[in-house]
Amino acid sequence: MKSADFVEARRRLEAKPQSTGEKLTTLAQAVQRVRDGDHIAIGGCLFSRSPLAALMEVLRQHRRGLTLSRNLMCYEGELFMAAKAVDGLMTSWFDIALPWGLSIKLREEVEGGRIRFEEWSHLGLGLRYRAGAMGVPFLPTLTMLGSDLMGVTDTRTMECPFTGETLCLVPALFPEVALIHVHRADRFGNCQIDGYPHMDTDIAKAAATVIVTAEEIIDEEEVRNRPDRTVIPGLVVDAVVEMPYGSFPHECYGLYEADFAHFEAYTDAVKAQGTGAINDYLDRYVYGVSGHEEYLALFGEEALARQRRCAEELLGPR
Amino acid sequence: MSYSATELLAVVAARQLAGVTSVFAGVGVPLVSAVLAQKTRAPELVIVVEGGSMGPQMVPGRLPYSTNEMRTAPRAQMLPGITDTFLFAQRGFLDVGFVGGAQIDCHGNLNSSVIGAYERPKVRLPGSGGANDIISLCRKVMVVTMHERRRFVPRVDFVTSPGFLAGGDSRRKAGLLFGTVSRIVTHLGTLAFDDETRRLRLESLHPGVTVREVLDNTGFELPVPDRLPVTEPPSEEELETLRRIDPERNFLG
Repeated sequence: MKSADFVEARRRLEAKPQSTGEKLTTLAQAVQRVRDGDHIAIGGCLFSRSPLAALMEVLRQHRRGLTLSRNLMCYEGELFMAAKAVDGLMTSWFDIALPWGLSIKLREEVEGGRIRFEEWSHLGLGLRYRAGAMGVPFLPTLTMLGSDLMGVTDTRTMECPFTGETLCLVPALFPEVALIHVHRADRFGNCQIDGYPHMDTDIAKAAATVIVTAEEIIDEEEVRNRPDRTVIPGLVVDAVVEMPYGSFPHECYGLYEADFAHFEAYTDAVKAQGTGAINDYLDRYVYGVSGHEEYLALFGEEALARQRRCAEELLGPR
Repeated sequence: MSYSATELLAVVAARQLAGVTSVFAGVGVPLVSAVLAQKTRAPELVIVVEGGSMGPQMVPGRLPYSTNEMRTAPRAQMLPGITDTFLFAQRGFLDVGFVGGAQIDCHGNLNSSVIGAYERPKVRLPGSGGANDIISLCRKVMVVTMHERRRFVPRVDFVTSPGFLAGGDSRRKAGLLFGTVSRIVTHLGTLAFDDETRRLRLESLHPGVTVREVLDNTGFELPVPDRLPVTEPPSEEELETLRRIDPERNFLG
């Protein structure tokens, strides 16, 4: 799957109006920056700190011809396939997790030759984002060597000019859009994350456009008091949206645990009724609601409170 | 005390971690084994999980389903980013890798990508995740898997994670300088590699298992040495600890 090269990516960044000002906006307006055909890099990992509210809005705005990339991809990939919004998927793993079984939707689409699916190793994809974040064309690594993954991806081997050893080279990835959910941001887009950083900082730096949803918008003075906590500076961010429970029913570290019963109900429906159940899910949770508040209401206050308690039991009060 | 096949697998895998400083573990039985080892013979064991957790002491009954959720974090010593977690392995800090796979062949290559051809496969599997990286970068890798004929195939359909590739020195020649697959731990016994051909051979049997049973469940020719040690059966303490770790049997079946 194609990506801008490092020269184009640099020029594109320099051509973009850069702002250190106010970036606070609504979800609908922020997501209007996503164009048909864009490559969207998704932050978080699997069902952790997924930018689900933003992804649902992309679907609600009926974008088409997208490519999605993510370190480990969860059922959001199924939703995009069912909505016919996506042409290509790039990841190292696609599934909710072992207890929920193989993705029936992925099997149908890949086995039927209806979607491009590009598999990287987890580190291989991580280094592609990192090379993008560094503004260099590739990075050398000792992973992926000798495996068949090298034959199905745009990797190269190279003889190290210093030692003569064989290296695997992975090309930089410069997505058009990064969607990222964080714990806190100020109105200028300075972002703070608790717990796992995943690959979000690299993704934000590699992408041409960065859209952030935050559990909480904090005062800029709070950022200036704890600048060591900032992992994405406002300079690289284009839009910020306050979005409590913006990952739900996925987890947000320390705040709410993933709602595993919801995953089970979803996969049970797909197993019982076939992948048409995913379209029913879209009708109910995406197209049937006007936005994130109505979406959360479908789960109800009790579910949100319960998942908050689960997080507190695990990691203590925040 | 009686025990299931998965329980036996978890117990014998955990014993492999005695004296080990760090283990890079995949979710499922590998991670359950690592937690069991930490609670029995390797209390100082640093468990590393690819979602970005180093040194956690996970909560019994609240084991993670994935490598990257908050259940993986309790009492961790560090939560690095995912890429940086793997780079600790690439630098050489991580002692043992613990992985599984849908298919394994006589040279220890693993497939978790596709059954059939990569384009238009018969079955699309979830993919590598970090398995390729763990097997390429840790010092020593053990494969932890149920021993079934459909898994133990002469040649994997796709090398997701390289064992000894075509055998001999082909792993080294591909540029994989470090790390090695040292052993396959199954619910029937353990398999190890011939030093030269890098083909699997039977190494030991678990209690009550016959050589015939192992051969019947292996889809390739498996040399059997004259001397075959038999594993100590799981102790009461090991089984009780294991069942406390996964009381809902999410991973123990």
